[in-house]
Amino acid sequence: MSDQPLLETRHLSKNFGPVQALSDLSMHVNAGEVVALAGDNGAGKTTLIKAISGVYRPSSGQVLLKGREVSFSSPQEARESGIETIYQDLALADNLSIGANIFLGREPMTKKFGFLPVLDRKKMADAARSTMALLDFHVNRLDAPVSNFSGGQRQAVAIGRAVYWNAQVLIMDEPTAALGVPEQRKVISLIHQLKAQGRGVIFISHNLQDIFAVSDRIVVLRRGVMAGERRISDTSHDEVVKLMVGG
Amino acid sequence: MNEAPPASSGHVSPPADHADKSRTLVQRIADLRAWLFLAALVVGFEIWSRTAFGGTFIFNPFNITSIAIFAVAPLLLATGQTFVIISGGIDLSMGFIMGLAAVVAAHVINWAAPTMGEPMAVLFGTLVAVAIAMIPGFVNGLLVSRLRVPPFIGTLGMFGVARGVAFLLAGGTTVPVKNGFFAALGNGRFLGIPWIVIITALFVLVMHYILSQTRFGQHNYAIGANEQAARRAGIDIKRHLLRLYILSGICAGLAGVLYAARFTAGAAQAGEPLLLDSVAAVVIGGASLFGGSGTIFGTVAGALVIAVIQYGLVFINVEPFWQFISVGVVIIISVLIDQAQRRISGGRQSE
Ligand SMILES: Nc1ncnc2c1ncn2[C@@H]1O[C@H](COP(=O)(O)OP(=O)(O)O)[C@@H](O)[C@H]1O
Ligand SMILES: [Mg+2]
Repeated sequence: MSDQPLLETRHLSKNFGPVQALSDLSMHVNAGEVVALAGDNGAGKTTLIKAISGVYRPSSGQVLLKGREVSFSSPQEARESGIETIYQDLALADNLSIGANIFLGREPMTKKFGFLPVLDRKKMADAARSTMALLDFHVNRLDAPVSNFSGGQRQAVAIGRAVYWNAQVLIMDEPTAALGVPEQRKVISLIHQLKAQGRGVIFISHNLQDIFAVSDRIVVLRRGVMAGERRISDTSHDEVVKLMVGG
Repeated sequence: MNEAPPASSGHVSPPADHADKSRTLVQRIADLRAWLFLAALVVGFEIWSRTAFGGTFIFNPFNITSIAIFAVAPLLLATGQTFVIISGGIDLSMGFIMGLAAVVAAHVINWAAPTMGEPMAVLFGTLVAVAIAMIPGFVNGLLVSRLRVPPFIGTLGMFGVARGVAFLLAGGTTVPVKNGFFAALGNGRFLGIPWIVIITALFVLVMHYILSQTRFGQHNYAIGANEQAARRAGIDIKRHLLRLYILSGICAGLAGVLYAARFTAGAAQAGEPLLLDSVAAVVIGGASLFGGSGTIFGTVAGALVIAVIQYGLVFINVEPFWQFISVGVVIIISVLIDQAQRRISGGRQSE
């Protein structure tokens, strides 16, 4: 089991008409491992994660989850198999509470007066409290709409939702891009938590500092192909930049 | 296609009102603004009434009942409109769907009474009228959800269609109903309260329950705040929107039936002036036209504000045109408060 990667792509390609956005890409993530995806704009990073998470169907190649080939026709299917993508724009309903966001689309119900079905807000609030505590993230206003929270806290809510539904692989597209420096630190420490819980994390970042702070390995893409793969402990900023720009 | 824009852009939805109990004082006051308006209006009219006529305004049961009856039809439209506006849409066709339902109810009740007897004919006519009202709602839903027509345009088209069909069915005139049971329903009372007010109150409670306690209501808020987020969470947006506009049609249908009961006649133009009142009630009640926020109880207050203004101005003998001006001013003030509130709640809480 442990010698088998949690998630793996083999010879994955995706073209949009004549544009070869991704070609012959093989990579993997192990449980408890953080893999950074780096590369210049247009290198194919977003295309790769969308091909993994069911947004795009790969033109060719395979995606394997725990050694078994999978083929998702929607992000919902990928999520049900334990692959959760956290998008840059967070995909939260700003006007709802943390709990309501965690349960969005699968709200728990309870019975009032023994017959009237009503939303189980207590269960939602309890789940919000325990999940956020698990991420070592403490908010004092659990009932407040998430629009009241800072960018890092909202990022934590999105991650918390994935954790609550027991995602095994978390994919994040530039999770720190829209945040200030203290908030970036928070998110980096969240990624450490996920790693410690034995989940696999793939994250895209332009920020080498973040990448070196949190990842175990780095995969560099250039024009849709693998430009290099390094263990973080065996590489340097300079080398990564060289891989990114080529030559 | 490429990367999504950063989260910092665009508008921030003000909070939905049900889940969050720990809001700031400013937000609470802003949320209660419709009730505060209402209280201020009532006090104003009371003072005027006492100084000008030496009598009471609001402690007179006749006035209260009249205001409640006044509020019935606009409130029924406004409850449906509340759902639609929270979802980020608008339903402009409700007024003529109401007219259509009133005409259908009148015809069917007249037609069925000889065979079914009066009470059964009323029940049957009500069901048929509401069912017919669901059809334009269904078409609105299809236009908005499947064909991606903007709600403003799609329901404006349906405004025209429902209007034309209603006038055609009515033969260009009003359709009188000869049915004692229906007349009693429209004008009778139970423990001093008009039946149509009781029916409306019960219906409004059900709508409050749907909005605040069910998945449908919860999804409605989510879609209004961030449709993409709702879709990613696995909510079937198309199905939701379809059911939403059908619900809006049902509200208009019930309003049409109660109109026909009150006037013992169906008229195609029954709801014509009420559409704007219904939107106004929703906005005064605290919903944001950007979607994502609003409550049924807020809308109740909004509808009462409008009814009190309209009835109160008649009561104190002011020229009726002042109604338009005062309702208009209240709408504008409400929107200004909404925007101020949006600015306040848009500020993120620091850690
Ligand atoms: N939906 C699409 N249709 C056509 N071309 C696309 C689409 N998505 C991405 N591309 C192209 O594929 C290439 C890789 O894009 P992308 O994966 O977004 O790169 P990155 O995320 O690394 O910046 C770019 O040349 C881009 O223009
Ligand atoms: Mg990208």
